[in-house]
Amino acid sequence: MKRLILALCVIAAPVFAVQPDEILDDPALEERARDISAGLRCLVCRNESIDDSNAELARDLRLLVRERLVAGDSNEEVVDFVVDRYGEYVLLKPRSGGSNLLLWMAGPIMLGAGLVMAGVYLRGRARTPEREVARLSEAEERRLREILDD
Amino acid sequence: MITELGHFALILAFLVACAQAVIPLVGAHKRWPGWMAFAEPAATIQFLLTAASFAALTWAFVTSDFSLRLVTLNSHTDKPMLYKITGVWGNHEGSMLLWVLIVTLFGGAVAWFGANLPPSLKARVLSVQAMIGAAFFAFILLTSNPFLRMATPPFNGQDLNPLLQDPGLAFHPPFLYLGYVGLSMTFSFAVAALIEGRVDAAWGRWVRPYTLAAWIFLTIGIGLGSWWAYYELGWGGFWFWDPVENASFMPWLIAAALLHSAIVVEKRESLKSWTILLAIIAFGFSMVGAFITRSGVLTSVHAFATDPERGVFLLGITAAFMMGALTLFAARANVMQARGVFSMVSRESVLVLNNILLAVACFVVFIGTMWPLIAEMAFDRKLSVGAPFFNAAFTPFMVLLGLVLPVGAMMAWKRATVGRVVRQLIPAFVLAVAIGALAWAIQSGRSALGPVGLFLGAWLVAGAMVDIWSRTGRGSGRLARLTRLPRADWGKAVAHGGLGVTMAGIAAMMAWEAEDIRVLQVGEDLEIAGYGLRLDEVHQEQGPNYMATKATFTLSQNGREISEMHPEKRVYPVAEMPTTEAALDNGFLRDIYVVIGDPQEGGGWAVRSYYKPLANWIWGGTILMALGGALSLSDRRYRVAAGARKLPQGVPAE
Repeated sequence: MKRLILALCVIAAPVFAVQPDEILDDPALEERARDISAGLRCLVCRNESIDDSNAELARDLRLLVRERLVAGDSNEEVVDFVVDRYGEYVLLKPRSGGSNLLLWMAGPIMLGAGLVMAGVYLRGRARTPEREVARLSEAEERRLREILDD
Repeated sequence: MITELGHFALILAFLVACAQAVIPLVGAHKRWPGWMAFAEPAATIQFLLTAASFAALTWAFVTSDFSLRLVTLNSHTDKPMLYKITGVWGNHEGSMLLWVLIVTLFGGAVAWFGANLPPSLKARVLSVQAMIGAAFFAFILLTSNPFLRMATPPFNGQDLNPLLQDPGLAFHPPFLYLGYVGLSMTFSFAVAALIEGRVDAAWGRWVRPYTLAAWIFLTIGIGLGSWWAYYELGWGGFWFWDPVENASFMPWLIAAALLHSAIVVEKRESLKSWTILLAIIAFGFSMVGAFITRSGVLTSVHAFATDPERGVFLLGITAAFMMGALTLFAARANVMQARGVFSMVSRESVLVLNNILLAVACFVVFIGTMWPLIAEMAFDRKLSVGAPFFNAAFTPFMVLLGLVLPVGAMMAWKRATVGRVVRQLIPAFVLAVAIGALAWAIQSGRSALGPVGLFLGAWLVAGAMVDIWSRTGRGSGRLARLTRLPRADWGKAVAHGGLGVTMAGIAAMMAWEAEDIRVLQVGEDLEIAGYGLRLDEVHQEQGPNYMATKATFTLSQNGREISEMHPEKRVYPVAEMPTTEAALDNGFLRDIYVVIGDPQEGGGWAVRSYYKPLANWIWGGTILMALGGALSLSDRRYRVAAGARKLPQGVPAE
């Protein structure tokens, strides 16, 4: 009985991400397939790429990607093929066109704005209280005293 | 009975928090010492009541009291004792109770150790902290009460999620919460200072230990989580840019920025308004994190409870605290006049640059996390933002930070000369370039990621060494002086070096990892990155609350056997969930990582094996960063300044 339960459990367990039988014979093609898979989202999972996912659907997509590669598609063509069918939701790295430009440019824009603001602030810091700066310099103060005493 | 007492204690704690939120605040305003002094015993009582409530819930888990709904849903009699206890916070309700317990703990810490705080500031800090506490007590009591009973208790529970039954993950949440909630303390200090109308060097000194403590806890918590993911999820990924991970990473980045800007407030009385703003935002990010985890707005692997009602409540709390604090901030901008004067080239300026880089990096993570939501609402586009985006958009900021750090860390306050600093750093730079070039030459024709990472790592570590050596002055006896340097100096060098070690580890692992997936018959072997792996046998085993398929591998190199490895695949029948337990052979320069998969139709087993270069450096560097923080926290200046002369342990939350 215990044996049976064990056996059932083993069978019921879900499969791995990439299975040995999926792997293409050509290592160069396989590497391209892995690269593409890492950028495609498993549609039924939470934030996992099809390369990492155990889901059945992810396996189907992985096989599809490899099929297209074997058929001679370039990487871009494979991705376009998948996006045409499943929408841009499958892309883990959103394309930079249209409103997504905002997403991609947000960091650089903020960095620029931050640097400009900091520059203005720092220049202000370096300049405004010149009086205090003058007081700190002993030589100048001595000089001032000499002039005043004369 | 004990459960009801726990429930009652929680309600009492809520009432105490409400009183503590009002009375000391009024007292501080009217200068009534009695009303101000109310805060201290109230904070203590609030903590004791919450602790009692937490203890009652823990008791219910330990004794497997299945009349409690929460215990039924998250526990099982067969579960090992450790996981019965950690099951208390392995769910939404219990984790909120832990959260609020830590809120009261930090409040208590200010009451117990803040002897040198001015009475009015202390009263206000405790009052604000109690407001935060009260909001969360209300949240727990109204939407997520852990003490609800079942009408008909079942015979046994439904077991804790098996993924959580692991030592790495068992202690990941408490550390993260200590970090998140530690930031509530800096928030309280910031708001109290705004009410008080005084932000000065002393304030910077009071608030820094709490920021530092929060940052250390966040570092450890994030490190534990990523280490767990590495060995548990079955393929050695350590960071997924998942919304919930980002939710913990954003406060970490802001806390790191706050840590540095508080130094400027303390030493130079500048950057005050920025520091206050950071303190407010840092806690804001903690709250957003809580919201993301518990509302289910962003689907993620961690999403605890996808309950819109809770989400709306948490969003309300976040909005109320942020808007209140920011309004106060705007109204009090005039009290935060900077005092210190410094030139464009100075430690102050470099710390400003540090803050910009960290804040913008945090912003990139934030916008990437929220973008699917924004795109759907504003542009009607349903899209995903995942790891490839973050790797591309976030990494440049860290590279910039790593490049500037060693130079900036050695700049003088007020007015520095870049030339002098650079001259001292030339050996470190040459060493780093040499290491990077060597890596480039060896790897021949792969991406620049690995060499750049090793260069940055070496640059940061060597730079930190030059930095600490330069603190010893000139002439003889430098070695002796090295041991007598303030702990803060050591903390700085160790933490900065740790960042370098982590950067090198991440880059090396991502660039030079090797993977092998194949079917292996018992007795066969495979080769990965120069190592041999032989599958010796596979058998079934019965664990306390799971069944396992356990394999034995022999790892060898050049025909010499190195070790035996035992990967497992477990099935938890109660939770109906399988987990993989990878076997790791840890080494200083590499990990070998083996996972046993399913039996194949034609005989044999699916086997995945990985070669992970410098894997342990990622967490080694994390430990160094936390250690650096701890060294800095134990600096004499805080022990004395924290007014704890009577209490040598000084800063509370250690």
